[in-house]
Amino acid sequence: MENLGYPVLSTVIFLPILGSLLMLLISRRQEGLIKWSALLTSILTFILSLPLFTGFDKTTHKMQFVEQKPWIPDWGIQYYVGVDGISVLFVLLSTLVTILCVLISWNSIQNKVKEFYISLLLIEGAMIGVFCSLDFFLFYIFWEAMLIPMYLIIGVWGGPRRVYAAIKFFLYTLVGSVLMLIGIIVLYMEAGTFNIMELAKVSFPITMQYWLFWAFFAAFAVKVPMFPVHTWLPDAHTEAPTAGSVVLAAILIKMGAYGFLRFSLPLFPDASKAMTPIMLTLSVIAIIYGGIVCLAQTDLKRLIAYSSVSHMGFVTLGIFALNAQGVEGGILQMINHGIVTGALFLCVGIVYDRTHSREIADYGGLATVMPVYAGFFMLFTLASIGLPGLNGFIGEFLIILGGFKAKKLAGIFAATGIIIGAAYMLWLYQRVFFNEVNEKIMHLEPMQMREFITLAALAIFVLWIGIYPNTFLSYMHVSVQHLLERVHYGLPDTMLAIKSVTGGL
Amino acid sequence: MQYYLLIPFLPLAAFVINITLGKKIIRKQAHWPSTLAVLGSLVVAVMVLMDVLAGKTLNEDLYTWIISDKFQVSVGFLLDQLTAVMLIVVTSVSFLVHVYSIGYMHDDPGYYRFYAYLSLFTFSMLMLVMANNFLQLYFGWEAVGLCSYLLIGFWYEKKSASDAGKKAFIVNRFGDFGFGLGVIMIFLTFGTLHYIPVFGDAGKFLNESVNILGLEVNLITLIALLLFCGAVGKSAQIPLHVWLPDAMEGPTPVSALIHAATMVTAGVFMVARCNPIFSLSPTAMGVVAVVGGVTALFAATIALVQNDIKRVVAYSTISQLGYMFLACGVGAYAAGIFHLYTHAYFKALLFLCAGSVMHAMGGELDMQKMGGLKKYMPVTYWTMLIASLSISGIPGLAGFFSKDEILFRAYAAGGVGKFAWLLGTVAALLTAFYSFRLIFLTFHGEFRGTEEQRHHLHESPKVMTIPLLILCVGAIASGWVGIPPLLGGGEHFSEFLAPVVGHPHGEATHAEEWMTMGISVAVALAGIIVAVVFYLKNPSIPVNLAKRFQFAYRVLWNKYYVDELYDLIIVRPTLFVAKNIIVGFTDGAIIEGIVNGLPRMVNRIGAQVRKVQNGLLQHYGAIMALGLFLILAILMIKYSG
Repeated sequence: MENLGYPVLSTVIFLPILGSLLMLLISRRQEGLIKWSALLTSILTFILSLPLFTGFDKTTHKMQFVEQKPWIPDWGIQYYVGVDGISVLFVLLSTLVTILCVLISWNSIQNKVKEFYISLLLIEGAMIGVFCSLDFFLFYIFWEAMLIPMYLIIGVWGGPRRVYAAIKFFLYTLVGSVLMLIGIIVLYMEAGTFNIMELAKVSFPITMQYWLFWAFFAAFAVKVPMFPVHTWLPDAHTEAPTAGSVVLAAILIKMGAYGFLRFSLPLFPDASKAMTPIMLTLSVIAIIYGGIVCLAQTDLKRLIAYSSVSHMGFVTLGIFALNAQGVEGGILQMINHGIVTGALFLCVGIVYDRTHSREIADYGGLATVMPVYAGFFMLFTLASIGLPGLNGFIGEFLIILGGFKAKKLAGIFAATGIIIGAAYMLWLYQRVFFNEVNEKIMHLEPMQMREFITLAALAIFVLWIGIYPNTFLSYMHVSVQHLLERVHYGLPDTMLAIKSVTGGL
Repeated sequence: MQYYLLIPFLPLAAFVINITLGKKIIRKQAHWPSTLAVLGSLVVAVMVLMDVLAGKTLNEDLYTWIISDKFQVSVGFLLDQLTAVMLIVVTSVSFLVHVYSIGYMHDDPGYYRFYAYLSLFTFSMLMLVMANNFLQLYFGWEAVGLCSYLLIGFWYEKKSASDAGKKAFIVNRFGDFGFGLGVIMIFLTFGTLHYIPVFGDAGKFLNESVNILGLEVNLITLIALLLFCGAVGKSAQIPLHVWLPDAMEGPTPVSALIHAATMVTAGVFMVARCNPIFSLSPTAMGVVAVVGGVTALFAATIALVQNDIKRVVAYSTISQLGYMFLACGVGAYAAGIFHLYTHAYFKALLFLCAGSVMHAMGGELDMQKMGGLKKYMPVTYWTMLIASLSISGIPGLAGFFSKDEILFRAYAAGGVGKFAWLLGTVAALLTAFYSFRLIFLTFHGEFRGTEEQRHHLHESPKVMTIPLLILCVGAIASGWVGIPPLLGGGEHFSEFLAPVVGHPHGEATHAEEWMTMGISVAVALAGIIVAVVFYLKNPSIPVNLAKRFQFAYRVLWNKYYVDELYDLIIVRPTLFVAKNIIVGFTDGAIIEGIVNGLPRMVNRIGAQVRKVQNGLLQHYGAIMALGLFLILAILMIKYSG
């Protein structure tokens, strides 16, 4: 695998960053060149990330495509990256979604074009870095690095209340991250390493696990976002430009759930197990609460943003079901949500570019005006409400199955989410696409090829995962199995590991 | 050879062709791919039936759909007697509806879209009946629901249509909520979702119970009732029947195919398919029988007073579906499926005739504005008359044999069955009455519409009337495969299905069989005679009755106010909570209050603290002195003791 001729992970992390640096050299007046170089960088990154898909060894839980170099040896800090079955798909999702974000911003970003694409590519690099880092120090740097360009994208290119939304987003996430930072420092002081793989072999005392669990929880719960720390999300999503909303929905909020899987469960297994009742309860509240809030929304983007709260509730429910179906369903649902909600935000962006309105009441009868667009929107709506044969169903079903297995009541409550989901999405669809044509949208121009391609790319995945999910599920099996063994049974060589660590101090 | 795969996948191919090329290229020829595909499916379905008749059944997986640890489920097909019957019903009715629609939908701008959806529906329905496991059943189940949604709201610019589609989908989701949990319970109990091992092992769990919300519930009963929730939604039984009458907003061929002959019978099919589970639970069976019986009667009473021609037929459908559940509930699954099969023909015929009438009347639905159409549209009249005789249960016609079989089996089963029989018999009286009320109001007497409408009255084109004639043959003769031994028949239909659904229980003498048969024929004739008196001889009677029993009339006219009730107890409270409590209070006041309040508080504290750093050196000096004094004081206190 390492014989591919280039270090795959470093390439996909740093190529976008390099691309954005090179773009600094381009004159801001050459907007065409800027757009094209952003597009080419993102496409090249995507192509170079494909070996992760084709060359991945599905039979081992060990980290693959590993690169490990000493960085700050005095503190044992390493440049240490690698992927396993839990993270690999997110890297691919990130590289794919970035291309679509570049495409969808083509005409809708009019001012400070250069800075916009630089920010976008910086986010890409940092996001991928988060998913690959196996050293806490490195991880934290990427984690925080992502915030700044995202903050700019919302605050500079966003809607009318963009500054409020951007600051809210920034503060919310920062508060959570600081607590995680304290957690990381405690871990370092206790075990003497930032190496995540080593840390995952240590058994920490249970009280300490509790404290650390909650410290990390603060960072991850805000990102997911879990109830009740979700209120940054509707503002950020709504005010962000389309590409910003898509990145937020598709990748950024996945990091919270990913954090639970990569850190909370393996590092603090006993605490995680003990906290499942709380986590399941919060998840179920998010599912139902998020869904009901959607029923009262009058703003297209805000409605879809709140639906993310509900869908991410499914994800955390699956993760803390702590069984194979739940966790695999949770990971798949993260991918699904990225594809479907990303697509829905793209869709909203397409009409927003034409009407500059997000009010649902300003639409109506759109199916007559833009039939192809209506078809895509219908497909993504159906995927979002979990129609079998489309991707959303596979994830939701596995999660409800896993949740039911873990705690019957959780499964039952989660299943009510599918009723509420159908209600708000179909109602949205009706108000926008059906009924008599609203005069305001009578003369909208049809979809362009560029927009068509963006949506079609995601539609393919909606169908692919729905019809043959095993392509994607098969990446997860061994890693998830390994993770669950760690949570439920600990490691056989745990005692040895503790000795070697304490001996080393 | 897996030639049977053509059955579902031909219509799927037609869907793909029409949805991608229909708008720009195929346009007015869109009926070709779809109709040819379903004709192909019909031919292959007949071949499958021949194979099954020859004793060849099949159960095989196409590929593994989902794998997650021990949860593994396939896309696979089970071809047995029950599937074969369903395949014939679905493909034959579907084919005729495809042909009929060539005439009916002729001028519609969404012609290609209509045929694309019809093909998608046919594919989904076929996947549903051919599934060999519960998850694929669920796939088909939801997919037919989607097509129903799309086709009810086909004329989406009309708000009533888009409302009705949405309502159908959401109401069905309530049922699917239970159905989905049932599927999950099945997996957790049996470790698989494939029919054959699940049905084989069902007996082992007979006495297991499971704790739900602190209640000990029999496991098998729970699973059966959860599955039945799905059936109640899909087959429009009480209390989830409210979507079906509204579904009449869709084009009439859709009502015939989806909301009469095929999709709505999926619930009955599912219960019959799961008979090894249901039969183990007397409680669940009792529930099925009572829900079926009560729905049969309930819907029939509403049909008595409605004036919308399609709604009468819609309530009639709900009522007839009730009969089918009634049969399943007393263990006579074969009788239920028999009625499903005959009903498909005579009910599709009733709908298509109603469509033919609408076609002539320029879309008019109110029977009070019709009358005397007999002479203008003889083919429609005679075929609809025969369908009505069939549904009323006049001896010799299809509906007679199947309905009589159900009522007799209910009676013979005893217990709950006797009660169900009573409900069914009363409903049979009403069925005959409202069916002939429809015929008389529409085709007899004087024309009551506008002059313009009268001017346009005409028989429908051949492409529509020929399907009517073919269905008419079905409405007459489809029952002949199930003539009871009492009348010299061989009960071939139930014998054919016996390997899948077994034989019904309960014993009854020939005398009793004659009796139930006699009673059902008597009530059918009585219903027709009353209709003759009311609507041909003396039309003032129903008017006076409506005046005299105003309260009862109004309750029936408003369908027992069930829609209003749901609006009051479900829709409004949910929206109220969403708008005022959650968005306004919890999310707005509390959470956002804290989130925005904290920085404000920090700000305020900061403003106070800032006063300390005011740049006045005297203040700094004073504070330093104070601090020094305090430190010294503390140290002195500490060390002096």
